Amino acid sequence: MANDVSETDFGTSPDDVQFRFRDDEVADHAQVTVDSFLEQSNAAAVRIEPGDDARALVPHLERLRLVEVNFPAFGDGRGYSSARVLREAGYEGELRAVGDIGIDQLAYLRRCGFDAFAPDSKLDEADAETAFARWENVYQHAADTRQPIPERRHASVGHE
Amino acid sequence: MYKYDNYDQAMVETRVAEFRDQTRRRLEGKLSEEQFRPLRLMNGLYLQLHAYMLRVAIPYGTLNSAQMHALADTAEKYDRGYGHFTTRQNIQYNWIKLEEAPDLLADLAEVEMHAIQTSGNCIRNISSDHFAGAAEDELIDPRPYAELLRQWSSFHPEFSFLPRKFKIAVIASETDRAAMKLHDIGIQIVKSDSGEIGARFYVGGGMGRTPMIAPPIRDFVPLDQLISYSEACLRVYNRYGRRDNKYKARIKILVHELGADEYKRQVEEEFAHMLEQGVEPPLAELERIKPYFADPSFETGLPTEIDRSDPDFALWVDTNTNPHKAPGYVSAVISLKPVGGIPGDASTEQMHLMAELSKEYSFDESRVTHTQNIVLPHVKIADLYALWTKLDAAGLGSPNLDTIEDIIACPGLDYCSLANARSIPLAQQISKRFAASGKTKELGELKLKISGCINACGHHHAGHIGILGVDKKGVENYQLLLGGSEAQDTSLAKITGRGFDEAGIISAVETVTDIYLDKREEGERFLDTYRRIGMDPFKEALYGE
Ligand code: HEM
Ligand code: SF4
Repeated sequence: MANDVSETDFGTSPDDVQFRFRDDEVADHAQVTVDSFLEQSNAAAVRIEPGDDARALVPHLERLRLVEVNFPAFGDGRGYSSARVLREAGYEGELRAVGDIGIDQLAYLRRCGFDAFAPDSKLDEADAETAFARWENVYQHAADTRQPIPERRHASVGHE
Repeated sequence: MYKYDNYDQAMVETRVAEFRDQTRRRLEGKLSEEQFRPLRLMNGLYLQLHAYMLRVAIPYGTLNSAQMHALADTAEKYDRGYGHFTTRQNIQYNWIKLEEAPDLLADLAEVEMHAIQTSGNCIRNISSDHFAGAAEDELIDPRPYAELLRQWSSFHPEFSFLPRKFKIAVIASETDRAAMKLHDIGIQIVKSDSGEIGARFYVGGGMGRTPMIAPPIRDFVPLDQLISYSEACLRVYNRYGRRDNKYKARIKILVHELGADEYKRQVEEEFAHMLEQGVEPPLAELERIKPYFADPSFETGLPTEIDRSDPDFALWVDTNTNPHKAPGYVSAVISLKPVGGIPGDASTEQMHLMAELSKEYSFDESRVTHTQNIVLPHVKIADLYALWTKLDAAGLGSPNLDTIEDIIACPGLDYCSLANARSIPLAQQISKRFAASGKTKELGELKLKISGCINACGHHHAGHIGILGVDKKGVENYQLLLGGSEAQDTSLAKITGRGFDEAGIISAVETVTDIYLDKREEGERFLDTYRRIGMDPFKEALYGE
């Protein structure tokens, strides 16, 4: 299962990914912890736990192909900030949400910059599709490029 | 009043559809109760002792008559003919069926209402001054800023799984009628020395088991950075707020443990970063919102004299009206605290009547106060007598605002699964006792607040007199607290000493009020006397020590 953590098998494999919104090939680098990543000069994949500081990765973004953010319990929302912090810093590689993820978190996770999802237990495809497409509009900026309602309201008026 | 455009309406309707879908998955067994719980909570649905409870949001406490009618209809159709107005300007229904909740929300969406984020570990409904737009002493109407924050915080993708709930209040007057400093973020709209309008941020207040008064974190945030600054406050909290212990998870603990200065430093750093991210809505949006809160067309040249020949009416005018910025008008407060009644409850009929009266006498507007009463914000002085007559006939004319009968009480053991003790029956008995002894008027302003447990839903920490229900070896017991305030002179009440049983606590309240009457100096309220003479004389009278 996705969460068996051992020395050799750490993090999710490409097979665990149920939803992916990228065209590039799935990175098959072995994920390491944030601490070992910062010590190792060659790792290209890292796994962030809720207590890790995503900003520590910011100086090394060019060599990262995959960042996996673990949600051991869906109610712990630190991973949402981690994701947005990385996207704001310009990270463009795969950002994979893994762990205790349900249908009702998908839209929020997506907005915070996640583009791959490896839930502990597979989600109903139809329910997930509905959830990803649920919100035609949004009220605030996040890590996606959607134009929030307060801007849309003023976009079409005048020429300013 | 704010009116939804197509975007707002679509958002609320989408939420109804989403909740309907969540409820379906729950009823089909696709979601466990454990998985469903946070979802329903984010929609204000609690599972209580007897049934589901639904909390409906009343943003910044403002309602039009169609909305008040809809609340009445909801009570009729989905509950048992009444609703309960809460200390955060919302309304709760205590007898809701899960299967019917989606339809209830669909009905409310038709009048631009919802239950979004009225519970759960997210940014809750934003509260404000119940005299906003009417009070003589305000700088500017705070509600456009609250509305801007409402939109920003609705379905915020980063801040929907915070360590704990998050409550924001916005005021714009030196007089605090919203317990602003007892919120996770309290915002006061202020004017700088150069005449610019901006926001002062207080962060880290709260009640619950560890009450704290929010320290000021920034004196002035320009209006075109309001959202960016809020975003920074929240991000620091989301990343570093404690998640190991739910009793230490509120932002007040983070601010306390880091120290206000260090928290502020981290927020400033994040704020500088946020400004580069361009998350701020355009200022034009604030300008779009503002006219919705423009003054109604007040008449001029109105009489300001009141015919006080009916003494009952005169008493009501003295206690239940507040000065208005427009000559010839006042704000009138409808007390939901009839002697012996349940604080904050209103029946279907009463809600319909209040809706009609708001339409007839107050430009179609009413407000919910954090003290669980209803305000008609803009009433002509010349109409007061007619208004009062109708209120009085419906049992809504109690002349007891801010008196010892105007009690805040949480649902307590009658409804709440967390309670140690009953709150409502205590409130009922106390108001009866003081009404019977005739001391209510003599005591003047005296804020009594009762919570059935340490969670402090009844604001007991902030009562001039507070009562806290505790469990003493399986028996209901009550502690007495003195000296709290949630106004601009915010202070936390202190426990007098050992607790009392039900009869004992009622006598104890009487004892401390007698001390006040005995010791007070000219013009002093209970709270002032307590602050001057301290706890000892009260203790002595209570315990003879
Ligand atoms: C009957 C169901 C209710 C339950 C289970 C409940 C539960 C709670 C809990 C657990 C807290 C403490 C949260 C914390 O400290 O982090 C709390 C706080 C609070 N509740 Fe309730 N509550 C209920 C009803 C109400 C009602 C009816 C009101 C309004 C009249 C209310 C208003 C508040 C307020 C104002 C606080 C304090 C917020 C603060 O700590 O800053 N609650 N509630
Ligand atoms: S204070 Fe305690 S008893 Fe009262 S409503 Fe809140 S949780 Fe329930």
